[in-house]
Amino acid sequence: MSTDVVVKIEKVTKVFPRGNVIALQDIDLALVPGEFVSLIGPSGCGKSTLLRIVGDLIEPTSGTVTVNGKPARRARLDHDYGIVFQDAVLFDWRTVSKNIAVPLELLGWSREKRKQRVEEMLELVELAGFADHHPWQLSGGMQQRVSIARALAFEPALLLMDEPFGALDEMTRERLNLELLSIWQQLGSTVVFVTHSISEAVFLSTRVVVMSPRPGRIAGIVDIDLPAQRSVETREDPRYFELVTQVRELLRKRGEHLLPEEEAQLLETAE
Amino acid sequence: MSAVAIGVTKRGRGGGIGRAARRSAAVVLLLLALVGFYELYRWVWSSAGFTWPFVVDSTSMPHMWTILKAFGQPAQVNQPPLITILFHKSLFTAKEAIVGFGLGAIVGFGLGVILVHSRLLQRGFLPYIVASQTIPILAIAPMVVIWVNPRLPGPFQGWGSVAVIAAFLTFFPVTINTLRGLQSADPRALELMRTYAASRWTILWKLRVPTSMPYVFSALKLAATACVVGAIIGELPSGLQDGLGGAILNFNQYYSIEPQELWATNIAAALLGIVFFVTIVIAEKLIVRRAPENVG
Amino acid sequence: MTARAAGDRFVEWAPAIAVFVLGIALWEGAIAAFHIQQFLLPRPSDIGKTFWTSRHLLWPAGWYTFKEALGGFVIGSSLGVVCATIVARFEAIGTALMPVAIAASAIPIIAFAPIFDVWLNPLSPTSKMAIAGVLCFLPVLVNTLRGLQSASPRQIELMRSYAAGEVEIWRRVRVPTALPYLFTALKVASVLAMIGAVVGEYFGGAFNALGVLIRSDAQILDFRTAWAGILVASLLGLSLYGGVVLLERVVVRWAPENRGS
Repeated sequence: MSTDVVVKIEKVTKVFPRGNVIALQDIDLALVPGEFVSLIGPSGCGKSTLLRIVGDLIEPTSGTVTVNGKPARRARLDHDYGIVFQDAVLFDWRTVSKNIAVPLELLGWSREKRKQRVEEMLELVELAGFADHHPWQLSGGMQQRVSIARALAFEPALLLMDEPFGALDEMTRERLNLELLSIWQQLGSTVVFVTHSISEAVFLSTRVVVMSPRPGRIAGIVDIDLPAQRSVETREDPRYFELVTQVRELLRKRGEHLLPEEEAQLLETAE
Repeated sequence: MSAVAIGVTKRGRGGGIGRAARRSAAVVLLLLALVGFYELYRWVWSSAGFTWPFVVDSTSMPHMWTILKAFGQPAQVNQPPLITILFHKSLFTAKEAIVGFGLGAIVGFGLGVILVHSRLLQRGFLPYIVASQTIPILAIAPMVVIWVNPRLPGPFQGWGSVAVIAAFLTFFPVTINTLRGLQSADPRALELMRTYAASRWTILWKLRVPTSMPYVFSALKLAATACVVGAIIGELPSGLQDGLGGAILNFNQYYSIEPQELWATNIAAALLGIVFFVTIVIAEKLIVRRAPENVG
Repeated sequence: MTARAAGDRFVEWAPAIAVFVLGIALWEGAIAAFHIQQFLLPRPSDIGKTFWTSRHLLWPAGWYTFKEALGGFVIGSSLGVVCATIVARFEAIGTALMPVAIAASAIPIIAFAPIFDVWLNPLSPTSKMAIAGVLCFLPVLVNTLRGLQSASPRQIELMRSYAAGEVEIWRRVRVPTALPYLFTALKVASVLAMIGAVVGEYFGGAFNALGVLIRSDAQILDFRTAWAGILVASLLGLSLYGGVVLLERVVVRWAPENRGS
């Protein structure tokens, strides 16, 4: 792992004029290549906002974001990242293959190359037989896999994910966690992963960034020193539990601002 | 758990009126712009002598001012000014339209209620309800007039048959939208009602009807236009002189002599349609604001 | 078509067919039983007979009027789409224009038929085409505009993450999203077009036009032929509507109504 920094967030502040909400205040964060970083925190801590700022979908009020050594806007225009949202945002009027091909079409790839890459992606997310299906014919989990395949289609070095598995049931979620880990290791990309779930954050990441709300700040960062190869057994590893507890404590401590419901929700997902 | 409530959009009193005022101003500006465009077109075409799509002169395109002036003058000697006459004719047509609206809305709503409870009936009758609108009512109008008129009680004679024609055009959008609205109830809310062993009637009134309100109002807006169109068209073969339809036929005959009178009548008809439409819009704002019905 | 799909289709249409058969039977029976004045509401069998025997008169007239309706439908709808596209592109105009367009659709346009007749020779089909066109223009404009404005913000965000420009966003997101709305409007317009043409002819039109025929038949109290003429008009209107529905099935395959398998 090189020591180049792939994403540098410096003193980023975001204030939403309506209601004078300070969504983020003086955020500093640096990601090295190949990292898997989770952003976790209660509602209103700004994690999704931060993700969007990195993706140049929202502009920060002050501060800078550098991706691959370029300003965030340049990085977006250069297609340096892929993004996955909580709902799959697939186009109903296209088949699964055509949906995955959208970014490739925009990048001007030839039909040959597109076809080949789409097939590779389908293999990767294990949806090879569904190339000609339409989104409504797939389950929620399958739609998300298509969404991930689409995000990775042009092999971006950076992957931004905004609670991609939030709308799925626990079992599908755990399965997709494993798939995502395997894909991440195969491709060696850097991942920024927003989640509500402590267990998911610890299971997937190399680092967990805990954020607190009002104003949005980084409460603390937990290094996850679990082995690189993770599996179902990892969830029973005592070290895993220790780390989960560590994250939970951090959330609690800096969560004096947390409303009872928010805290309960966070603690629930750690089970 | 989750309360199944029909949401009501609250809008601050002041904000609502301010926005309405601004919108009205925009509309007035747009109207003035349209009039300006009309006059401009007229000036360009008549100066240049273009003959396509049609020759422009004071007969084919009277000046807006001439039309407006015509409102103030009598159409024929020894008669009140045109605007008074048109006003009374509009009221007459409005009467037909309102009765037609009421009739059509009740029938339409009733049909929607009946159909929502049976897929079989839907499949059986919907195609014909849709097809009924492809029948040019103008063609049936004479027959309706001849058949319905003698069967109507005294005060309804004559214009009553026109109301029936207006109802014919009205019931269709109401039926379709009521059906869609009644069907749009959240399946989970329906399940909830069943756990209360609620009867079909209760489910209908406490759940389906409130959920269908947006659809019903959108239908009523369409119906408002339809009943006016129906009333005007219905008058044409009926020989009734007292309404706008009759006025259109009349002034059409004298068009070459006094073109502005037909234009004035058309403006009156347009205004009638808009008034009906706006009435429903206002009614919607009042009713929907006042009646949130919560279930569960 | 698989056996199951055929079976499903049958179940779907059987009630409607049953109602049709029952309805016709009742109609015939009621007229016979109650001695309803036949000159006003002829028996279906009589109408059917006249439909066939007067076909040299009615069918060409129907075709003539249908062409007017079709012309108006195509021109009016195309204009509606073009204007909707322009208005959607410049959002400021859109928000200002929407209430006006909606109010305009409250105007009984048919009342302007005589004026169209004055402008464009009443005997020429163009005047009726114009009425049909105006009737089609408004619903297509309003609905297409709504469709173009209804792309989900998430989809737009996704496209921006791909650094897609306005043109690309239009091509790949806004237009496909608007198609179902467009077809809803086209279905409404198809019915309005035929009605507009026939009603327009009532105010005056060529002698071989369907509306004129129906009117004169009714005036001489030949209701049998009038009803046969109405049948022709209705069938033609339905066929235009049916054409749009078929086209929709092909173009908008993803709409919930059209989802097959």
